[in-house]
Amino acid sequence: MRNIAVMLATAGMMVMGQGAFAQDDPNITVAYEEDGRYFTDDGIPTYFVDEDGTVDWLTFSGFRRYHSECHVCHGPDGEGSTYAPALKNSAVDMTYDDFLYTVAAGRENGNSVMPQFGDNLNVTCYIDDIYVYLKARGTDAVARGRPAKKQAKSEAIAEDEDACMG
Amino acid sequence: MKKKLLLTTALLLGSTSMVAANDDLMAMMDDPNQWAIQTGDYANQRYSDLDMINKDNVGDMQVAWTFSTGVLRGHEGSPLVIGDIMYVHTPFPNIVYALDLANDGKIIWKYEPKQDPDVIPVMCCDTVNRGVAYADGKIFLHQADTTVVALNADTGAVEWSVVNGDPSIGETNTATVLPVGDKVIVGISGGEFGVRGHVTAYNIADGSQEWRAYSMGPDSDILVDPETTTHLGTPVGENSGTNTWEGDQWKIGGGTTWGWYSYDPDENLVYYGTGNPSTWNPAQRPGDNRWSMTIMARDADTGIAKWFYQMTPHDEWDYDGINEMILTDQEIDGVERKLLTHFDRNGLGYTLDRVSGELLVAEKFDPVVNWTTGVDMDPNSDTYGRPAVVAQYSTEQNGEDVNSTGICPAALGSKDQQPAAYSPKTELFYVPTNHVCMDYEPFRVSYTAGQPYVGATLAMYPAPDSHGGMGNFIAWDNIKGEIAWSVPEQFSVWSGALATAGDVVFYGTLEGYLKAVDAATGEELYSFKTPSGIIGNVMTYTQDGQQYVAVLSGIGGWAGIGLAAGLTNPNDGLGAVGGYAALSDYTALGGQLTVFTVPN
Ligand code: HEC
Repeated sequence: MRNIAVMLATAGMMVMGQGAFAQDDPNITVAYEEDGRYFTDDGIPTYFVDEDGTVDWLTFSGFRRYHSECHVCHGPDGEGSTYAPALKNSAVDMTYDDFLYTVAAGRENGNSVMPQFGDNLNVTCYIDDIYVYLKARGTDAVARGRPAKKQAKSEAIAEDEDACMG
Repeated sequence: MKKKLLLTTALLLGSTSMVAANDDLMAMMDDPNQWAIQTGDYANQRYSDLDMINKDNVGDMQVAWTFSTGVLRGHEGSPLVIGDIMYVHTPFPNIVYALDLANDGKIIWKYEPKQDPDVIPVMCCDTVNRGVAYADGKIFLHQADTTVVALNADTGAVEWSVVNGDPSIGETNTATVLPVGDKVIVGISGGEFGVRGHVTAYNIADGSQEWRAYSMGPDSDILVDPETTTHLGTPVGENSGTNTWEGDQWKIGGGTTWGWYSYDPDENLVYYGTGNPSTWNPAQRPGDNRWSMTIMARDADTGIAKWFYQMTPHDEWDYDGINEMILTDQEIDGVERKLLTHFDRNGLGYTLDRVSGELLVAEKFDPVVNWTTGVDMDPNSDTYGRPAVVAQYSTEQNGEDVNSTGICPAALGSKDQQPAAYSPKTELFYVPTNHVCMDYEPFRVSYTAGQPYVGATLAMYPAPDSHGGMGNFIAWDNIKGEIAWSVPEQFSVWSGALATAGDVVFYGTLEGYLKAVDAATGEELYSFKTPSGIIGNVMTYTQDGQQYVAVLSGIGGWAGIGLAAGLTNPNDGLGAVGGYAALSDYTALGGQLTVFTVPN
């Protein structure tokens, strides 16, 4: 199963790529797909953009969640603001674990404070969505604004979401 | 006119010490050499009788002196000048400096509160503060963590302090306070955290609580008399603060009170507006959600409401109603009337009779406003006073998980808190505005105390098919309900305006320019680029017979967050790259006071 998915995904990428410099970045490149979620070789969540610009569900969902939970400090489209850093870069530069940890635990740096979201279901249930969306922004695989076309939400993703939101 | 209002005031006030405190403050507000309150005066006119700097010589204006506040965040509000002392405040950590104007701005005292940094992340949209207030020999600071502190104006020593809210449930503060008689009246922020808004009066002498009025809830909480408190002339009846809500949603109902306050001493009424109902997802809160989005007139002594007017029943766009209420006495059809003029986030400029709450004018002050076709002005109609909502732009009718596109204005409104000015000479209002539209997609959210409770995804962009800029600075006729002139600006105008007897109007821009324009025509007479973007309010005073104009620079606030990287229009279609002007191409963080004068 998994192998087939890998091969399919790889074949797809040969044709369209995922943004020029992302192609051979092991932190970005899709190695396999599982129930509508995309992963790197190391099993780190990543985005998938089709030839015609269709994004995977998580990337689209991440766009929505980011603009609901994060953009009031980090600015639109992960671009950063006078208040907080550009997360489109952080998502590419930080490890997945660091990213998750920072969002869950927050960070205090004098008068510059990143809140803790560890017990906020509107964030924790969608953290992979936000993460892959920001990686897609950081590699210019997805332009600013709302992704025009998206894959449907898979049943597995819907089930996970319901289970997480309680 | 203003004088008349002030003289009669003393007679109406009760206790003698109260009269003294208020008399003192009102005499200072009436003296153009000082700037005794953030809003210029109780009427919030932001008008000065000074004319040493005027439209003929403002072109020669120069920087007289500057002062760095030491904080790099959004600087809203303005300094006060009381006698020879200037009081300058900062964003979090909310430092206050007393500067000796007779001694080259030497620092007389500095107050820096200790606040838990945990309050920072529960402040939506930057750690701004709109300034201190003065009364009774005290400087009043309302800190981010909702501590209200009274400082000795001469020494900076703390005379009393009181905690107004609870940051752990998202209650914070960004606003100034209003000293009235023997009370200071204070509001609360946190609508994006499901806070239930309230306004509280504390005793000016010792900080003891006198009354608190919630924006929604039981009659005893919202301080109404069901028989005598009116909405558009009709008694509100019992349970008006709960019967347009489903279940207990009113307990986390929003309607916060973070804007400006004005006061009519003759009527003894305090005026302010309430914010959006929470969440931003209208489907989660069926009903009109009273009294969010409402202009309120309350008795200063008891807090009991005389009248309400709900501008945007059942908000679907985050059009907080908190902008300032500007009080004027003007003639309509040959009759002298006591008016209240308000430029709402929803894009409508309202003129009401401030004694009765009668609605006189409600017109769009930006022609691109499209969510409504207008307000029903027929007192005999079932929908009297309600805006007619255009279905295409109704995020309620389009439903959850549907992206409603092309809504004007955007959630930040055709105007946010940045206050307008009024000149009694021209009878025009000078209004800093936003020219931004949005796409808005509401979705279901769960409530966790102290966590953001938003429930919508927004994308904002400059008003399509217009001049491409994100703002206008306009002159408004509040009786005709018409724009007299409009100056396009590249960015939203996020600075409070100042009008003067010198026939000049001042305002700042997000790029950092302090501008002076002709009050009659809007023609630009002067512009100077300060070190950082301006979201502060322009004020004026004199020292040694010389007029000065001052403004705080320091980009931030909502504008710094929304516009730093520029905006793109998702509806421009694929291939539209680059978007619109980015603030970061023009300015960077700062924290500075710049003081101007025309040299002799
Ligand atoms: C209340 C404002 C605020 C909100 C809301 C917010 N952040 Fe932050 N965040 C900050 C600030 C300020 C910093 C910088 C902290 C510092 O100076 O170390 C930051 C830093 C971060 C960092 C570290 C960036 C780096 O390059 O080091 C990550 C990751 C992050 N935020 C993710 C998020 C995500 C994801 C969300 C939405 C779920 C979010 N933030 C919402 C204020 C906020």
